[in-house]
Amino acid sequence: MTDLTTTDRPDQTAPHEAADPDRPVHPLSAGHEHRPDEPRFDGRRGRWVGASVPRREDPRLLTGRGRFVDDIALPGMLHAGFVRATVAHAHVTDVDLSATREVPGVVAAFDGADLALGDIVAILDRPPEEFTPTAMPVLAKGKVRFVGEPIALVVASDPYAVEDGIEAARVSYDVLDAVVSSASALAPGAAVVHEEAPDNVLLDVSMFDTPGVDEAFAEAAGDDAERSSTRRGCVVEVTTRSGRQNALPLETRGAVASWDARDDQLLVQTCTQVPHQVRTVLARSLGIPERTVRVTVPDMGGGFGQKCVVGREEIAVAAAARRLDRPVKWIEDRREALTAGFLAREQEYRTRAAFDADGHITALDVDVVCDMGAYSCYPFTAGIEPLMASAEMPSVYRVPAYRVRGRAITSTKAPTAPYRGVSRPQYVMAIERVMEKAARALGMDPVEVRRRNVITAFPYTGINGVTYDPGTYRESLDLAEATIREEGWFEARERGDRHLGIGFCCFSERTGYGSEAFAKRKMTVVPGFDISEIRMDTTGSVVVTSGTMNHGQSHETTFAQIVADRLGLDPEQVKLRQGDTERISYGWGTFASRSVTIGGSAVALASERLGELLCRIAAHLLETRPENVALDGDGGVVQLDDPSRTRSGAEPDPSPKRLSFADIADVAHLRAHLLPKDVDPTLTATASFDVPGDGTFSNATHAAVVEADPGTGQVRILRYVCVEDCGVVIHPQVVDGQCRGGIAQGIAGALFEEVTYDDQGEPSAASFIDYLVPTATEIPDVSIAHLETPCAFTANGAKGAGEGGTIGAPAAVLNAVNDALRHTGVELDTTPIHPGTVLDALEGTS
Amino acid sequence: MNDPHLLSLTVNGAEHEVVVEPRRTLADVLRHDLRLTGTHVGCEHGVCGACTVLVDGAPTRACLVFAVQAEGADVRTVESLARDGELSDLQRAFGDHHALQCGFCTPGFLMLAEGVLAEQPDASREDIREALSANLCRCTGYQTIVDAVHATACSRRETERSGARPVDWESCS
Amino acid sequence: MKPAAFTYHRAHDVADAVGLLTDLAAAGEDPKIIAGGQSLMPMMTFRLSRPSALVDLGPLRRVPSMTAIDHDGHTLALGALVTHRAVETAKLPEGFAVLARAMRWVGHLPIRSRGTVAGSLVHGDATAEWCLLALLLDAVVVAEGPGGRREIPADQLFHGFYATAVDPDEVVVEVRFTRPAPHAALTEFARRHGDFAIVDAAVALDLDGSDVTGGRVVLGGVAPAPIRVPEAEAVLAAGGDARDDALVGAVADAAAAAIDPPDDPQTTATYRRRLTRTLVADACRQAAGTLQEPQP
Repeated sequence: MTDLTTTDRPDQTAPHEAADPDRPVHPLSAGHEHRPDEPRFDGRRGRWVGASVPRREDPRLLTGRGRFVDDIALPGMLHAGFVRATVAHAHVTDVDLSATREVPGVVAAFDGADLALGDIVAILDRPPEEFTPTAMPVLAKGKVRFVGEPIALVVASDPYAVEDGIEAARVSYDVLDAVVSSASALAPGAAVVHEEAPDNVLLDVSMFDTPGVDEAFAEAAGDDAERSSTRRGCVVEVTTRSGRQNALPLETRGAVASWDARDDQLLVQTCTQVPHQVRTVLARSLGIPERTVRVTVPDMGGGFGQKCVVGREEIAVAAAARRLDRPVKWIEDRREALTAGFLAREQEYRTRAAFDADGHITALDVDVVCDMGAYSCYPFTAGIEPLMASAEMPSVYRVPAYRVRGRAITSTKAPTAPYRGVSRPQYVMAIERVMEKAARALGMDPVEVRRRNVITAFPYTGINGVTYDPGTYRESLDLAEATIREEGWFEARERGDRHLGIGFCCFSERTGYGSEAFAKRKMTVVPGFDISEIRMDTTGSVVVTSGTMNHGQSHETTFAQIVADRLGLDPEQVKLRQGDTERISYGWGTFASRSVTIGGSAVALASERLGELLCRIAAHLLETRPENVALDGDGGVVQLDDPSRTRSGAEPDPSPKRLSFADIADVAHLRAHLLPKDVDPTLTATASFDVPGDGTFSNATHAAVVEADPGTGQVRILRYVCVEDCGVVIHPQVVDGQCRGGIAQGIAGALFEEVTYDDQGEPSAASFIDYLVPTATEIPDVSIAHLETPCAFTANGAKGAGEGGTIGAPAAVLNAVNDALRHTGVELDTTPIHPGTVLDALEGTS
Repeated sequence: MNDPHLLSLTVNGAEHEVVVEPRRTLADVLRHDLRLTGTHVGCEHGVCGACTVLVDGAPTRACLVFAVQAEGADVRTVESLARDGELSDLQRAFGDHHALQCGFCTPGFLMLAEGVLAEQPDASREDIREALSANLCRCTGYQTIVDAVHATACSRRETERSGARPVDWESCS
Repeated sequence: MKPAAFTYHRAHDVADAVGLLTDLAAAGEDPKIIAGGQSLMPMMTFRLSRPSALVDLGPLRRVPSMTAIDHDGHTLALGALVTHRAVETAKLPEGFAVLARAMRWVGHLPIRSRGTVAGSLVHGDATAEWCLLALLLDAVVVAEGPGGRREIPADQLFHGFYATAVDPDEVVVEVRFTRPAPHAALTEFARRHGDFAIVDAAVALDLDGSDVTGGRVVLGGVAPAPIRVPEAEAVLAAGGDARDDALVGAVADAAAAAIDPPDDPQTTATYRRRLTRTLVADACRQAAGTLQEPQP
């Protein structure tokens, strides 16, 4: 059953599980099998969804005809760069740009006072004891809070002169103590990063504290004398830490801003996952109506969350373009991207868990501290990571009693943004370490401990108040374990001649957060819905919009598949438009695995409405009632009660009456006088979609087999298996690609990448020499199996697939390394795992 | 100090003359002076490989060459791969194997692979993996890139042997 | 990340290069040679290196001796512009085959295709493979300056922290390797393939059959410059069987004990010492042919 050979083509690697017929199936989610006996075309059981059709994006990207921000050149365009803080924490006593302005090629230089822009402020609707709002100025105002913070903007004729100008700037500082760790931030007498938060805490929430937590711990800790030792439960404690990482899109951030006097509008072409939020903040910061700002997004070279927040640089560049009345381009260089871009992931979890003697978890008590760096990001705030962790920490397990404290602390390090997975890689790592430790304490198999705790009956409402829709938690775990077992890895490990370890990670991931779910976080800016508009032209081709924002996820292809199926078109006849605030009324962009779940559903609904409109017009033209016509699945509308076929005695007409979309579109646009009186000209339909309630959960189990080198401590991944369930798969290759790419980033976090800071707050990794992005020789081949539990409330039954890979890998790898070290008595709970630490363990010197 | 130099070089078969400042990199000249923006720039210090082009046939980081050093050189960029609107076998293999997602690193990988396959036509899958470790991709996890290049290598070897294009080149493993 | 401005000068032969360096320096400039540029350019883009003038040896690729690989039974001579890749693909006599095998550790193919042997030596990175190989095989660097040609033996070449004995007004024209080592290997460790090594080790064994009669042990990454380790070489000189694990262990232990490696939070001195032990042992075995050289 489990044929997970690495060289198989993706469509051969997936032992598809038939959907459980007893599971509730929403009308929208009938799956993607085509039933040939069904006479009537039904776009929900299409021919395109489920097929790995050629990507619409590929021809241009393969030939160098993509257009990324830095590919844009406008007449008279200038170039910009930033004078950035060289110290981590200081009062800025003077910014002297006079020498800068004398540098050949330099056109202008502005500091914060020159541009006088409004701050970026992100707020949670929480009481002051829980949340402290702070402001992020576009250019530093009086104080700098991390090395790399933008202080002034230099505009010049070319990027080389920009850097000459930056070098000539003179900034004077009154240096303050740096705050470089959560421990030092929380220490008494620590330097204060923001005056508003004298304790350096931006968010402090204690949640749930359900009845029975302390009792469960007391019972598990047990009064040993009164129990048989074989029936004793256990309390496990673990402190897990994850290093600060960079999401690291290979295309750095950037923007080209230009002022169009004729349109009275600022055009900002920028690589952002959230174009509308950039427009909103830009307009507010510049103090101009949103109408006068247009944000467009060309091809985007990855984002992974780093580009789902509003940066300060694009606002400064826009202000400069308006001031100078010249186009201005800023392209972040790699040093800036590594040191001054939004970072992520630095978190510490102190987790205690109680288990009964049978390995059932009875209580969970967690203290989460997230080092959010210098500023709160817009729109999510510095609360995003601890709130995510606190809300979702019980993960895939039935936890009867739960208490959590989540804190966001501020430090003098580059600020953070939600990075692919957002806290889930960390809390999953914490709870998966708990499962492993409990297994050791109880003398049980770690997979068996998971099996006894994993949620199996759905829908399941957890102790955290979250309702989980159906998934394959147990099934994915079983299949992953069976695969590793059948391949003989457990036997290989038992031979003991190598330092082999096997690690598992079972998790779910809430995808497609709707407004309701985000509102629970008490955000004052509440993402969630998406709107799609679809238009058919006179030739019967369609343009469809989405408020989501493709940056590698293949939306142009997958959304076209969805539309093509709904309308009975070829995907080639569908053009997706995203990333233009003039074309899309409002959207929340792409993050949190929301695109196919929410955006794809809106696109599907809009397509269905267009289909209804086409049928209505066709019925009128065919002089029949609308219920007597239907889409024919091949670009047209057929009459079902064709009188020529039903008239008694007459020879049936071999070709039923049919109107092609082009026929109908011709009328709708060019001969509108033929339309029904109550139908407006043109063919346009709009729909919005929001995920109700708690959203939908994708799930997966990852299994890693690693070998630790006794000579160097290097960890090599020998085998990696992912069994995932993202509901109905729209495009198998794309889902596999998301899994593999995510896993690579998770492995990067587990074994390689970290931004560290010295005591003065200087970042360690300013280049790719020091920031260890793994290459093709470090990342193993990954076998992927798909289980398929259709989502009941998204179009096509799809769940999100963008983040899961990243979530599972750190825990799977960390558990595997600990398994390889099982004979040493050493347990590692910190990522990235340094080979020196592994070698210490192997040599017994840790 | 501006010290402009007249630079002559051949790019994708066309001869160009450009006046450049000595410090201008080949990557910037290709992208911004010749407007061949298919070559991307990812790090400007020679690690990520997004700017890889062929200089006199050898895969080269265009960010690690001053344009003035390329005087008289024959440069090939991603724009040269497709002929008459037809994707090359390597480009097709990238599409078939889903070896690109955001597409930013893709031109660099294509030109690296083009150079590697020219130098090492008998490369095994592991040889290819080792060679491709020169460049960074953040989207794919590399597996499908290795697959695509390996499939191309197999296909070209098969073509070499049979003197004709094979029917089923994907079955090569 | 754009380099600071400089003036650019093409040298058409060695004398021209030396003349340019001399004249520019006399005019108050701070000239520097660029050949492959694969080490220099990253430093210039970070503006860590900012010569006011560059003298490009690129046109000298047309001078046959500058790209020649010549050998007789005892000496291998590499023209200054020979690339890493040219060495990697060259058919070298057995005594120098270690050079070709070691090349796969040098960066990645695009770097190897452009970077030069002489450039790497003059750059003087303490972990650079060529620097270790120079000590292992008694390289002699031939440099031409205003006063004529001189020969700098490898043991006088490295002054530490990227400083070498080649003067700013000198042009390296040739590197000669004078000590054939048919039983030699270089190995290294980096967390990521193709990176600068954390520690690298090169070992040459003098063998009579399988009897060790002496040898060289060279390390990179454990001191400001690559070093030979006399303590470890003494163990080899004392003799033994090359296939004997005890001998290999003794050499490795001697090397690890002899060094005083740098200590930083990411890579501690203890870890470098352990790596040294592992890598010296591996290099010994590879040199003796008892361990296959791994594909990195």
